[in-house]
Formats: sequence, structure tokens, C-alpha cells
Amino acid sequence: MTQSAPKSPIVETSRFPTGPLPPRAGAGLKTEHVDAILADEHRIGFLEVHAENYMGGGGPAHRALAAIRREFPLSVHGVGLSIGSEGGIDPVHLERLAGVVERYEPAMVSEHLAWSSHDAGYFNDLLPVPYNAQTLDRVVAHVSQIQDRLKRPILLENPSTYVAFEQSTMSETDFIRDIARKSGCGLLLDVNNVFVSATNHGWKPMHYLRDFPLELVEEIHLAGHAEDVDDEGDLLLIDAHDRPVADAVWKLFEIVISQAGALPTLIEWDNDVPEWPVLRREALLADAILDRLGPASLLGSRHAAE
Amino acid sequence: MPRNETVTGNRQRDFGAALLNPELPLPQGIVGPHGKNAVKRFAVYRNNVTVSLIDALAGIFPAIQRLVGESFFRDMARLYLAKEPPRSPVIFEYGGGFAAFLERFEPLARYPYLPDVARLERAWLDAFHAADADPLHPGSLGAIPPEHLAGTTFTAHPATRIVRSGFAAVSIFSASREDRALEGIKPGDAEDGLIIRPSDAVEVRRLPAGAAEFFTALIAGASLGEAAGETIARHPGFDLPSAISAMLEAGVFSGCSFGAANSEETA
Ligand SMILES: [Fe+2]
Repeated sequence: MTQSAPKSPIVETSRFPTGPLPPRAGAGLKTEHVDAILADEHRIGFLEVHAENYMGGGGPAHRALAAIRREFPLSVHGVGLSIGSEGGIDPVHLERLAGVVERYEPAMVSEHLAWSSHDAGYFNDLLPVPYNAQTLDRVVAHVSQIQDRLKRPILLENPSTYVAFEQSTMSETDFIRDIARKSGCGLLLDVNNVFVSATNHGWKPMHYLRDFPLELVEEIHLAGHAEDVDDEGDLLLIDAHDRPVADAVWKLFEIVISQAGALPTLIEWDNDVPEWPVLRREALLADAILDRLGPASLLGSRHAAE
Repeated sequence: MPRNETVTGNRQRDFGAALLNPELPLPQGIVGPHGKNAVKRFAVYRNNVTVSLIDALAGIFPAIQRLVGESFFRDMARLYLAKEPPRSPVIFEYGGGFAAFLERFEPLARYPYLPDVARLERAWLDAFHAADADPLHPGSLGAIPPEHLAGTTFTAHPATRIVRSGFAAVSIFSASREDRALEGIKPGDAEDGLIIRPSDAVEVRRLPAGAAEFFTALIAGASLGEAAGETIARHPGFDLPSAISAMLEAGVFSGCSFGAANSEETA
């Protein structure tokens, strides 16, 4: 006696187009935009999803993402692996991520330099780590563990932070460069995070970019931030992802592109999500900069060479 | 992975504890730049964690939020998340203990139907994310030789859920989700809910008396004959043919099989 097995999900029977993320603007995928994106005459360069939203077995969310994946390059962006965690990578969650990656064959997989889980639970926020040798070893080991399981390199994203640690002994840029060197991962440069963290910690964003290993950057993030004040009444920026990209961040983006060449550039908008045309407008602004500054860039030829 | 219990292993524990409890002092070693204070800075993380998890709960339990009001819901969600933060980064699975929390939440003692409404909402989201499977074709049973019908067993569709309530939880859930008033609903009338995803959309239906027991028995692996016998014994008026056609029409099951080596494939 046998039971009829559930039919394979539709995504396993379809073959997706392959290829890297194009050096164009992409957008963070929101369920409410799926139909508009598929119907839009402007073909967005790529879409990025939070892996955790697709860790269920099936249903409408997967049906929508499969439809997107058949037509667009996809980037899978994890928010829950807790790479900076003192307790280690949760093997169950790594398996979930591997499942999403196997299911959608994304052009890119990325995660954050942050932690979000401890024995007490999952905090649903990207929390900071001190920059020192001990954290470095831990993060390198975790990135390597993830890459071994996924059988592909990932990108690690620079964080936006609000506090610092007395235990830190390295700059953020040195710390990130060492992680990439030791683990072989690539980097995701969130230009808004650079601006937010630089403002919050009194760094110069230009110094940060000068020290950042741009040659290892394979994707850019752009997003909007909110303004608050710290204990002394000074400006404190919040990585809110709830509004258009700020002028100062566009300026930094221009500098990055004129040095690094055109790179896949994601517009992130996760809260107070507007209608699709508003996101598309931000993407077109990024595309214009990529077109204008990418070809003449200092490092631009390395991307064109592919 | 080994769980690190060294001194550094406690740093994130302290950080996490202070995130969920604003009464606790700043974790050791947390500073602002150039010796600045970090109280408001750390509060950004506290706020991010709390607000994002309250928002998540509001997204999972919209009917509850509408029934108790937004500000009451947010205050209550804050208490719940401090008690039961998510165990996993898969946030759409959060809130499994919310119904039990509501049962013990004194200020809502006068609304005893709320926990079952929350159970329906949790089941709704489980069904939404459940694995895909084609529902059993309505004609499948007709293809089974009559002598094998009683011995036929069924495989539940991955999205199928049953929530039994001593209150009018299904009517209240539906009214709240559809933004309707509760007028005309008698909260004390017991209702059983069936959650299904026959096509792309999740549906919640009210079951006639006995049907929840009948389906529950079938889902647990009882044969059609066993499930029908048990249900009719307890509900003499149970309309078996209607229940069978309803379950086929609603896509409660994705497969069935009867004796021998036969299998009834879905069509
Ligand atoms: Fe980002």
C-alpha cells in the first residue's frame, strides 16, 4: 500500500535562466509589487529577496517568486544567519538557507556582518559586534562554514551601527577586509550604511571608502535613512529603509561607481513601502549614475571583461 | 556547534537581555564615539527589536488587533514578545504561544473567544506557507471499488488545519478579517473551523457538527469506515455523504489509498 506523494513544487520542474547579476539597478522584492514588476515595460535589472521570507514549503509566496525568477536575475539576501553570533551558526537555519538557494539558483547570496540570535531567542534586528581578533576568527569560521555548505562564495554586508564597543581594536574597514581575505567571501557595500555609521561614529565617509577594499565589492545597497538625536543632542541616523535615498548617499554612490565601475545596485525599501513606480524611479536614478560613471571608472574594465 | 559559555559567550546574552528589558543597564563595554554616552544609542536597538516584533505579531494576528484595538494590541504584544521572543529567524512562524498567552491575559478575561481566534490566525499563516500539493480529485473515490471504500485512508493536504472552538471563533475571525461588525454573532456558540488552501488562497470555513471529528480522524490515519463509525456514534445525525463531498470539494486531502498495493494518484 502506498500513498500518493505531493506533487513536486513547480519551481523544481522549471529551469531558470542563469548568469550573474547585471551591473544595473535592482530592487528589493515586495509581494505587492510582483504583478507590477512582471507587467512593467521597464525591465528592472534584478530583484533581491530576504531568504527568510521564502523558508516555507510552498504557497503563493513561492509561486510569485518563481514567476519573478523565470524572468529576472535574483539575489538572495539572508537576514537571520547571525554570522557574528557567539553561539555559532544554527545548522538548522543554514539548511533552510541552502534549501532556498537550491530552489531558486540565485545569481548572488549575501548576509550581514551582524548577529541576531542568542539562546534567548531571535531578535529580528542586525546587532553589532566588536571589531577585534576574537570576533574576526569567529566570523571567518562562520562565513567559511556557510560557504562550505552552500558550495559557493557569499557576499558579506557592512552594517549600520549606533553603538561602539570598548573591546574593539580594529577599524571596521580593516575588519571587513580581513574577513574577506581569510574566508574568500566577496563584499556587499551598503553605501547608506557607510553614511549612517560614519555620521553616528564621527568618521568621514570618504575615509571609510578610501580604506574599504572596493575591488572585492560585487554588489551595492542604497536605502533611505531617518534622523534622530543621541544622548548629547547630536545627529543620530537610523537605517530605516522607509524613504528615498538621501542626496549625500547618492553623492557617495557616484564616488564609489567612478572608482569601482558599474556594479549591481540594489534599492532597499522595506518599511512604508510605496507603489512600484516610486521604487522604479529610484532604480532609474541609480541606472543613470551607473551608465554615466561606470564606463570611465578606474576599476571599470574588470566588470566589462566578463 | 558547541555553545560557548566563556566570558565572551555571555556578552551577547547580556546585550540580548538588555534589549528585551529596558530596566536593565547598558551592557558592559557599549559606548558612543569619543566617550559619548550610549543610552539613546542602545535604545535604537531596543526600539528596532520591539517595534519589528510587534509589527510582525500585528501582521500574523490582524483579526486580534482589530478586535482589541491597535494601541491595546501593541501594548499586549510588547509583553508577549518579552516573554516569548521568536525562537527562529523565520518570522512567519512566530506566535505559536500567543493564543495560550491570551488565555492567561487577565485584562482580556471577558473575551474568552480571543485565544481561538488567534489559533485560527496562526493556522491561516501555516496554511499559507505550507508545501504545495494537488488536492485529491473529487472523482477519485468513485474509482475505488465499493468493497474497498471503508478501508480507504487519506493523506491530508499540507495546508489543511482544523481548529475546534467552544466559542463562535470562526464567525468572529471572519468578521474581523473582513472588517465587519460582530453584530448577530453569539460568542458562546461553539464552532469548528477548517483551514484549507484549495487553490492559491487560504480559506477558513465553519464545519457542521461532527465534521471536525470526522476529518481529524481521517487526518490521523483512520480508514473511512473507522472515522465514519466513530463520528456517527457520537453524532447520530451526522451527514456522511455531505461531509465526504465537502472534503473533496474543499481539497482537505491530497491523496488516498486502499488496501493491497493500489494507490489512488491525484489527477
Ligand atoms: Fe543593506
